Amino acid sequence: MKAMSRLHQFANPMRFARLSQAILPWAIGLTVVLMAVGLYWGLVVSPVDYQQGDTVRIMYVHVPAAWMAMFTYVFMAAASAAGLIWRHPLADIAAKSAAPIGAGFTFLALVTGALWGQPMWGTWWVWDGRLTSVLILFFLYLGYMALWQAYDEPAKASRAAAILALVGVVNVPIIHYSVEWWNTLHQPASVLKIGGPSIDPSMLWPLLIMALAFNAYFVVVLLWRMRSEILARRIHIVLMQRAAS
Amino acid sequence: MKRKHQRALFVGAGLAVLALATTLVLNSLGQSLNYFLMPTEVLAGEDVPQGTFQLGGLVSDGSFEADDEMGVSFQVEDGSSSLSVVYDQVAHGLLPDLFREGQGVIVEGQWDGSQFVASRVLAKHDENYMPPEVAEGLKEMGEWRGEETP
Repeated sequence: MKAMSRLHQFANPMRFARLSQAILPWAIGLTVVLMAVGLYWGLVVSPVDYQQGDTVRIMYVHVPAAWMAMFTYVFMAAASAAGLIWRHPLADIAAKSAAPIGAGFTFLALVTGALWGQPMWGTWWVWDGRLTSVLILFFLYLGYMALWQAYDEPAKASRAAAILALVGVVNVPIIHYSVEWWNTLHQPASVLKIGGPSIDPSMLWPLLIMALAFNAYFVVVLLWRMRSEILARRIHIVLMQRAAS
Repeated sequence: MKRKHQRALFVGAGLAVLALATTLVLNSLGQSLNYFLMPTEVLAGEDVPQGTFQLGGLVSDGSFEADDEMGVSFQVEDGSSSLSVVYDQVAHGLLPDLFREGQGVIVEGQWDGSQFVASRVLAKHDENYMPPEVAEGLKEMGEWRGEETP
């Protein structure tokens, strides 16, 4: 019980405002440094691939974007569950704020994948298990965002949207295992696989730096979005009070 | 039981039912979610679609032939059986960059009982990424387990 109340202190919006204010400059600095190092290493320093040549460099954006697309969805679903169970507005705000970021990551993964697929596979798109399940992930994000817009009261919107987010979470393991369960055009995992990565260290390092950069970017934009959502709700309350008096 | 414990139970039970339902659906859909068939499956004749479908496998070493009119033919194998594929580059476009013998390939077209008439050829890329020097080194040491490269 004591641990619970301590957790609730962190969920206090005022405390969140102070905490996020302290974290943001560090997170922004980290994002800029990691992104600069990762992009330079991946796009300039790292070697070409023995088969793909320079086209391999698309991977340094595509793979982190795809990882973050799934990670952001799991984050959104977990925050939604917390919001449903504990009825805490900050959890709902976290879930709502994460959705457009996740949709952006998913869109980036789809576009960079198509740009890589055209020269390498010979096609922009096929309806195989991996590509189709990631497209469904993109539509889940859009549906979640649309559901928030469909209600006037945040309390009602958060409940409906949270249920959609939780139902959609079954898609995440399907995306990950699609390349193992079914025959797909998309290649199987190179980094997160049994027996260690099948990617040369000279390419794995810049990829991991880019993955960290995307993570730091996620933290920055999430905190920004949550702060502005809290402010927007406060402004809304003040305007309502003014209109009432 | 407190309200929040009730809600937690509800969310947990809902997710469990959802996971079970998804597992059952995916199980019953089974192999129909595959993007392509293997040569063995086509030769066995089970579930082979009448019209256009996708066939996948490796391009057999030494099987590639091109004629004067830009038509090509090659064998696609899956380890136990192989099929011959014909493809017309004038009608359907050039082969993709990664197409080569020993490399994975997916062809789209129709099976006429003796050969697969392709209208589209896609190169399949594997999950190995390395610089050319490393690939050369592996081959010299005899550690090469991947596909042949030119």
